[in-house]
Amino acid sequence: MKRIYVHEEYCIGCRLCEIHCLVQHSRSKKILKAFKEEFPRAVSRVLVEEHGYLSFALQCRHCEEAPCLEACITGAMYRDKRTDAVLCNEKKCVGCWMCIMVCPFGVIKRDLESNKVASKCDLCLGEEMPVCVQNCPNEALTFEERTET
Amino acid sequence: MAYALYPSEFRIERDQDRCIACQVCVRQCANDGHIYDSEDDFVSSDESRCVGCHRCGTLCPTGAITIRENPMHFKTNANWTARALRDIYKQAETGGVLLTGMGCDRSYPIYFDRILLNASQVTNPSIDPLREPMELRTFLGSKPDRIELDPSGKGIRLSTNLAPQLVLETPILFSAMSYGSISYNACWALARAAKVEGTFYNTGEGGLHRDFYPYGENTIVQVASGRFGVHADYLDVAAAIEIKIGQGAKPGIGGHLPGEKVSEQISQTRMIPVGTDALSPAPHHDIYSIEDLRQLIFALKEATRYSKPVGVKIAAVHNVAPIASGIVRAGADMVAIDGLRGGTGAAPITIRDNVGIPIELAIAAVDSRLREEGIRHRASIIAAGGFRNSADVTKAIALGADAVYIGTAALVAMGCHLCQKCYTGKCNWGIATQDPYLTKRLNPKIAERRLGNLLRGWSLEIKEMLGGMGINAIESLRGNREHLRGVGLTEAELKILGIKSAGEAW
Repeated sequence: MKRIYVHEEYCIGCRLCEIHCLVQHSRSKKILKAFKEEFPRAVSRVLVEEHGYLSFALQCRHCEEAPCLEACITGAMYRDKRTDAVLCNEKKCVGCWMCIMVCPFGVIKRDLESNKVASKCDLCLGEEMPVCVQNCPNEALTFEERTET
Repeated sequence: MAYALYPSEFRIERDQDRCIACQVCVRQCANDGHIYDSEDDFVSSDESRCVGCHRCGTLCPTGAITIRENPMHFKTNANWTARALRDIYKQAETGGVLLTGMGCDRSYPIYFDRILLNASQVTNPSIDPLREPMELRTFLGSKPDRIELDPSGKGIRLSTNLAPQLVLETPILFSAMSYGSISYNACWALARAAKVEGTFYNTGEGGLHRDFYPYGENTIVQVASGRFGVHADYLDVAAAIEIKIGQGAKPGIGGHLPGEKVSEQISQTRMIPVGTDALSPAPHHDIYSIEDLRQLIFALKEATRYSKPVGVKIAAVHNVAPIASGIVRAGADMVAIDGLRGGTGAAPITIRDNVGIPIELAIAAVDSRLREEGIRHRASIIAAGGFRNSADVTKAIALGADAVYIGTAALVAMGCHLCQKCYTGKCNWGIATQDPYLTKRLNPKIAERRLGNLLRGWSLEIKEMLGGMGINAIESLRGNREHLRGVGLTEAELKILGIKSAGEAW
């Protein structure tokens, strides 16, 4: 499947990916509205991890063997048949946070502000390219099909 | 601490209706010009720290930031300009030499803007480069006095031994910029772009990192007064060698890479201890005459078994023509001339802005002198210093240059905004810095792409201009000053440039 790949050597830690992710998952999808008018504010599904000068943007890896799928008690977490992405049906999610407990990458967040559900990367399905990749000024994120070795 | 007596150079205007306090500007400013207050979720600015590099404004996702020149102006005075006052205030504060980066930014005449190109009309046909072949291939190196042919065997054979040549697909090379003055990623991008586009880049005097040896065929290595990183492999791996005597931004001045920039990698490349200042003396301590220069040229030729061209780079100074003549007679295969507007990573402002002559006059003077002396063919002329576009390149070649070096234009293609703060080592664009937080801002893949685009774009434009003149090879334009006309130039300037005034015909 097409995945988001991280090139940490070129991540500049600007966090524009987080900002655009938040906008993409806001109600209006407009940057000024998302930040200035929508409360509670939408949550970014990507997080830039930093340690010294090393930084990288981390979002759901859409694992082939995804522990969150196994752990979900309501079946909210599911695999999209068309794209193989791991998605969360927020209507089914009851906020038990088991997915968060089992996620080896720590990329599922509690969206306590708005929906009280598990919030995770949905690869911006419907967009040509995830917005974090589109808006990375240094091409530190790429969206590509690779044959895994 | 005492007050600075001068106002900040820039104003940072933040449109609060647009600012979303996302802090991209805070994270991107290496000078701490933006400050986030988490208590109020509010971003403010410290304008005294702004260098006008536009990094914040370029990355701001809502376009909330505008950087303006500070409108607070000193009382108008034609002699005591704001710049003069500011420099005095700074000097009175620090007591040191005022430093700067990049090329001279004063308003000396730019002759390229006073020279116009010709085009064909009626009596000679113009050529469409999109339909007909157009040759930009350029050979740099010494050409023979005459060519002898041997018709005895099957067909005709060339019996003259030709001197080694550099083959360029476009008459544009990347200027000398050392690893140290610019980042590893910037060097890497230049090397890759040179390889892809069939041209050359120049290591500057900082040695050549072993990672870049695979690009050796597209590398000109420099031997400068500090002799940093010069060893057998360095000379062997390169396509050509350049002896650096001077630099347009600071003729007569040596170089100084501060110890804090001499990292492990740079120390190995330059062959000096980590953290020590890399001092390039003003003169080569073994060159005090043309005869001494000849010794070094031939020492390098011997060392590389006469397999590659050896050039000499000088700054364009008052007596550039006779100096270039001496260099050619000393055996150089290429003479690089760096004009008044040539860039640098660090130079005293007063030197950069007051020493040297414009490159346009230098090219014409050197080309004329070498022709008069009948030795023009013995060396190629590479012009450098402030080439901004393809028209400047075309005019330089018509004035007599064989090719041009671009440094500043290449940096701008990679992202440089000419804030002239290279010497601080805090380049927000990740170019002129060794700080690992900043160097990763330059993705060499993007930079390589942009450099390639620039070269290809300029090459297409040069072809268009050549076609318009009815010429189908850059060789036919070289030194062809009949294709140039001057506007608003004095008799003396026209004479030195060797061109007619606009309106003057055959």
